[in-house]
Amino acid sequence: MRHSEPLLQIHELDARYGPIQALCQVSLFIDSGEIVTLIGANGAGKSTLLMSLFGDPRPAGGWIRYQGRDITGLPTHEIAKMGIAQAPEGRRIFAAMSVEENLLMGAIPVGMDRMDADLINVFELFPRLKERRNQRAGTLSGGEQQMLAIGRALMSRPRLLLLDEPSLGLAPLMVQRIFATIREIRDSGATIFLVEQNAHHALKLAQRGYVLVNGEIRLSGTGEELLADPEVRRAYLGGQG
Amino acid sequence: MPSTAASPATRGVRWNPVFRQAVLEATAAFALALLLLGPIVGLVLDGYEVKNELQRPLLIAAIIAVGRFLVTLAMHTPTGQAALERFNARRRQPGILVVSISENNRQRWWLLVIVALALSLPFLASKYWLTVLIQAMIYVLLGLGLNIVVGLAGLLDLGYVAFYAVGAYGLALGAQYLDLGFWSALPLAAMLAALFGGILGFPVLRMHGDYLAIVTLGFGEIIRLVLNNWLEFTGGPNGISAPPPQLFGLEFTRTAKDGGMSFHEYFQISYDPLHRFIFIYLALFLIVCLMVVVVTRLRDMPVGRAWEALREDEIACRALGINHVLVKLSAFMMGAMVGGIAGVFFATYQGFINPMSFNFFESALIVAIVVLGGLGSTTGVIVAALVLTVLPELLRAFADYRVFTFGVLMVSMMIWRPRGLIRPRRRAFEVKGLCP
Repeated sequence: MRHSEPLLQIHELDARYGPIQALCQVSLFIDSGEIVTLIGANGAGKSTLLMSLFGDPRPAGGWIRYQGRDITGLPTHEIAKMGIAQAPEGRRIFAAMSVEENLLMGAIPVGMDRMDADLINVFELFPRLKERRNQRAGTLSGGEQQMLAIGRALMSRPRLLLLDEPSLGLAPLMVQRIFATIREIRDSGATIFLVEQNAHHALKLAQRGYVLVNGEIRLSGTGEELLADPEVRRAYLGGQG
Repeated sequence: MPSTAASPATRGVRWNPVFRQAVLEATAAFALALLLLGPIVGLVLDGYEVKNELQRPLLIAAIIAVGRFLVTLAMHTPTGQAALERFNARRRQPGILVVSISENNRQRWWLLVIVALALSLPFLASKYWLTVLIQAMIYVLLGLGLNIVVGLAGLLDLGYVAFYAVGAYGLALGAQYLDLGFWSALPLAAMLAALFGGILGFPVLRMHGDYLAIVTLGFGEIIRLVLNNWLEFTGGPNGISAPPPQLFGLEFTRTAKDGGMSFHEYFQISYDPLHRFIFIYLALFLIVCLMVVVVTRLRDMPVGRAWEALREDEIACRALGINHVLVKLSAFMMGAMVGGIAGVFFATYQGFINPMSFNFFESALIVAIVVLGGLGSTTGVIVAALVLTVLPELLRAFADYRVFTFGVLMVSMMIWRPRGLIRPRRRAFEVKGLCP
């Protein structure tokens, strides 16, 4: 039995887009200070899980508890105020705005009081963004844009950071840098829920992982367990061994 | 000039292809101009007959061809080359400048010159030019208002004229039924327009792009049709009169309403209708200045930045936990309010309004102002509004070609200035504790 309540608990969550069931009875939990990863193929429902955790689409069934509070069906902006932040899939930075303005946008849910200090923290984490702070965000490289998306999410001082495929479309070297930074963010006290297709990197980084197949949790376990699991190896790690 | 044996030969080699190119381009320009202008300028409707005046397009095409020839030659001189290079370099830039605050401050002195000029204009201008200026100011205000909705928040609103109408009728109906004066009607009409902005905003929260444009277009038409058909209340197509402006209760009329006092009586000067126009112009100018300050400030505040973020990426906004309902509604209401204020001034300037003034063409013109100004740029919108209202007056002699000029302007804009007259700028910020 678990002795304390996890930071986030999802219980038998259902989500649907009209008649299509995207998530079916998904249950998982995330403890404070962990990196938990969710791996799965395209269309497995990974992003849907993140989005419905964030209130959009609203869950069709089941419940979500965060810090002991039921947040099922709360509007997105309410959830953001409670210390959950998201770096959405495909980065989705504001291309016409400057790097700095993008970061400032991230601070909106929590107000502007501590903005300067937070900005300095983000620039410490990503010195590259500081160099380019007055540049148009659309002119950044893919890796820099991903840094910006993560930095923007960090501006709201999240306790739980949701990352949706941060390695998408990045060069291998850049993927390594991003993942190193994710560990750094965890070490500074945040909890991270990492959704990835890059199963190898994600499972090596994470304490625990879940495997999502067709909207259902198929497997769960520690990172090492899943890395060693034959089914995971076959399906997500290129089938060696 | 030193003449050596080699010089004429090299010059010949260097210039011949240039001349050939210039002649070719001039011929092409001539043919194109003839093709375009032939039917428009060459065929003149005279009574029931179409007269063929081919010499006119031929003359214009010849002028164009000579112009093209000279331009091509000029392009190959060193100065021309340099200018071309500068022009192309600017086009290659990614489109948005980030301006630091210190750089921004350098513009202050010519801002003062513009304000001084604008304040002295009404005392120098004739009555005709004063009315042109007032109209220009009204369109500046409308452009600034729609710029919030279209330029900043990225919500294409084709029915913006509805709020203009609400403001104008707010003043006229308020005076008729509630006995409101100009200054008491101004904030009320503005609020009423904002309310209508909210009413329009709610159903279109989930709409984007084309769908939004069509719904707003419909909304604009609904307002116009209601004003046109609700005879008992609005006077319908017969229109309704709007009260003149007041200065501390002094009316700008020849004879004041019973119990009131008119401006010229109080100051014991002879009546001059110009006073009213000067007053409207100055009040409008103050409001435009206020709007410019407000919009500039808003853009650096969370709500303004959220508008722009919404334009860039709505899903990202939601993922960041920005309340997009609030952001959209605030943009609609703020824009509508400014439109309403412009409407009040329009009504008091005209003295009489009817629904004809609020047709779709007005909406299209305001959208054109915002697009021409470069979506989101305040300076651009002001310049565009002035260009699109003052230029047609300057070109009265060519009134027949007004729509043609408009089209040419739009097409050239799309080619050379696709982001608008003034390129949007982004502000840089100074963060405490962060060395550059």
